[in-house]
Amino acid sequence: MRTGSLAAVRAIRDHGPVPLVALADLPGDTLIVPLSGIGAPTVSHEMPHGEHEPKRIAEEVERLFGRPPGAVMSSEIGGSNGVAPVAWAAQLGLPLLDADAMGRAFPEVQMVSMYVAGLPADLVVMADVVGNVVTIRPVDGLWSERLARAACVASGSSALMADYVLTAARARGVVIEGTVTRALSIGRATQDTADPLGALRDTLGAVRLITGKLVDVDRRTTGGFVRGSATIEGTGADRGRRLVVELQNENLVAVEDGRVRAMVPDLIAVVDTQTATAIQTEALRYGQRVAVLAWPCDPLWRTPRGLEVAGPRAFGYDLEYQPI
Amino acid sequence: MSGLRIGIDVGGTNTDAVVLDAGDRLLAKAKRPTTPEVTGGLRAALDAVLAELDDRRRAEVSRVMLGTTHATNAILERENLGRVAVVRLGAPATTSVPPLSDWPEDLRKAVSAGEAVLPGGFFVDGRPITPLDSGAVRRFLDGVRADAVAVTGVFSPAGAEQEAEVGELVAREYGLPVSLSHELGWLGLLERENATVLNACLYGVAARVTAALTEALRERGLAARPYLAQNDGTLMTLEHAARLPVSTIGSGPANSLRGAAFLSGVADAVVADVGGTSTDLGVLVGGFPRESSAATEIGGVLTNFRMPDILSIALGGGSVVRDGSVGPDSVGYRITEEALVCGGGTMTLTDAAVHAGRTAGVPPAWPERLAGLPLRHETLRAALALADEMVEDAVDRMTLGRADRPLVAVGGGAFLLPDRILGVSRVVRPPHAEVANAVGAAIALASGRVDTILPAGESRAKAIESAKEQAAAKAVRAGADPAQVEIVDLQEIPLSYLSEPAVRLHVKAAGPLAR
Repeated sequence: MRTGSLAAVRAIRDHGPVPLVALADLPGDTLIVPLSGIGAPTVSHEMPHGEHEPKRIAEEVERLFGRPPGAVMSSEIGGSNGVAPVAWAAQLGLPLLDADAMGRAFPEVQMVSMYVAGLPADLVVMADVVGNVVTIRPVDGLWSERLARAACVASGSSALMADYVLTAARARGVVIEGTVTRALSIGRATQDTADPLGALRDTLGAVRLITGKLVDVDRRTTGGFVRGSATIEGTGADRGRRLVVELQNENLVAVEDGRVRAMVPDLIAVVDTQTATAIQTEALRYGQRVAVLAWPCDPLWRTPRGLEVAGPRAFGYDLEYQPI
Repeated sequence: MSGLRIGIDVGGTNTDAVVLDAGDRLLAKAKRPTTPEVTGGLRAALDAVLAELDDRRRAEVSRVMLGTTHATNAILERENLGRVAVVRLGAPATTSVPPLSDWPEDLRKAVSAGEAVLPGGFFVDGRPITPLDSGAVRRFLDGVRADAVAVTGVFSPAGAEQEAEVGELVAREYGLPVSLSHELGWLGLLERENATVLNACLYGVAARVTAALTEALRERGLAARPYLAQNDGTLMTLEHAARLPVSTIGSGPANSLRGAAFLSGVADAVVADVGGTSTDLGVLVGGFPRESSAATEIGGVLTNFRMPDILSIALGGGSVVRDGSVGPDSVGYRITEEALVCGGGTMTLTDAAVHAGRTAGVPPAWPERLAGLPLRHETLRAALALADEMVEDAVDRMTLGRADRPLVAVGGGAFLLPDRILGVSRVVRPPHAEVANAVGAAIALASGRVDTILPAGESRAKAIESAKEQAAAKAVRAGADPAQVEIVDLQEIPLSYLSEPAVRLHVKAAGPLAR
């Protein structure tokens, strides 16, 4: 269920509204804490976060840096990690930065803009539901992922994590700006309109790959991730066409007649044709009427380094990246 | 002599009753309007079928099975609900989303006597989050005035001992009825907690239904044993229903699916129950309703207990026909005055169907009356085509594209459906289809189920055997004949994202009622 948004509503009621700040409005020495939940969805569904984890992380950051954090940032604007930071910022009484580290959702810890920009991955602070705080000083991003994952499992497969604590000055050109505003504009555009799908496409500047019916979902869980594919058969003007979306927690590659139409790190979304709501991989079902949209990722991901971290090959597809 | 059974199903529009003999032959059937307080319609339907039995036969009635909407109505109308002290075990985890966070404010006000997140609960790997603190439970309960208590522990479906301990404490020291979440739902804390709290607020309603049914039987001199139908198409004794009243919600669709299987003799099929306002589609697998894997909303609250997988579309006999559209609005129970075939002035789907010659079982006066009217033929034809398309679309969603099974058409509006539907092998129209739901109640079995998490390792086989025994024992407690209980469903589902491989095991046992 929507634990992230329920927590946000609750935290705003308890602590007051959360100001949204642009990076340009923060003094250069302001400490930004990028926060995200780490763990297994099955677990967070059964054991939602406590309300003290953000505070524990903020205290540890203050101890390490000699001053308290000045803003919270979402590490990942896509999914529940996009809305939960509103709760975390409210609990800390801090503003939320209008930015994130992905401009979308990705499954692995090192798939963040700070890593792409070459910032040293030398600090992770984690807090779990019972109050344990773990500070990791990894030698690089891959170790950061490995150690954070291990600590998370020991904490019952759920924790809150600050990765790459950075100053506002350092964040410039490194974080992906404006993504919270963009998320809000998508919500506004699709809410009160007779044509939510059209509104969504226009807001995103997206290409509609197909409109049709979901005829096959092949899903298996391996190595902690849901992998598989979803097949959409065109209806209406798209009758006779067939699009296959390859999944690995996120939608990674869209293929039609052996030809790749869109691929990671560009964004691919399977949305309900009536409401334009995105359907998550676990919720895909036979018979759903869907449209598949694709749109460009942040330019950062299209750099050689960006593609190395989160391009098709990083997910095991032997494909040369072709931008949408 | 093994007695007669009376099945009663309270629906949104009508209350149906049937009498079946020991050989499952239908001796009497009746349809009466459902009354706002429910009980009046129930008595009327009961009287109507009893009137068809002579005194000797009446004395043979040994069981009465009731499927009712009392609980659903109480929640929708926020009436007669008990005040519940809501206990969650898991602090300091989960506190970012306190209990009832997603409830509509008026329902929360009507139900909650207070909420507390207290120490306790388990991690996914079975270790306790924090030790259970009985003192904290007492301090919370001492400070609230409640009719019942709901207890939900983190990961209790995999480890129920803390919930059971609190349950015993409440019963022993406070004398209040308790709902324990592991008896009600699966993983997904908030949904399971919601189901548990709804269950706890319905104890008063359950007592009322029980009293009304017992009283109705006594007044009519019936020495029959009463049962309530639950949402998986099986029965509960009144004692059992008194503990799990929320299980009666959704019994209507389940009864209708089971009744359709019985009347048609088809165990694997799509069932369409066509009413006045809507059509419910479900799927029969081995004679039982296929269950939904998605969360179910009741009165604006999301729950995750198992319900039949039902797709409801706004299409029924009373759906209003206009140029280029049919429904979603319906004349509902006023169809007998407003439809053209009944002499009214509103074009309905019933008129469109009769116009096209779909008259299986309809009063002969209907087509005659229609023949004498100036009609907008094209509008009626187009509306029926649209309705057929909606049904085919719904059938496709429910069958997942498998077109080799038949469709069983039941309910008062079954005649609206065409004889050929894309996506099914054939259309079956069993006799007594209009009272399939009451028949479903009358033929229902008693059942027990176990939901648990097992390690995927070597101890698995033994654990499965033990779960089967537990499910069978539960079925017997619910009223089943120990000699005839069978395992009717066993599912193993691998769990994702856990550090140790594990499976979720779901076992269901069912059997005919003990004599």
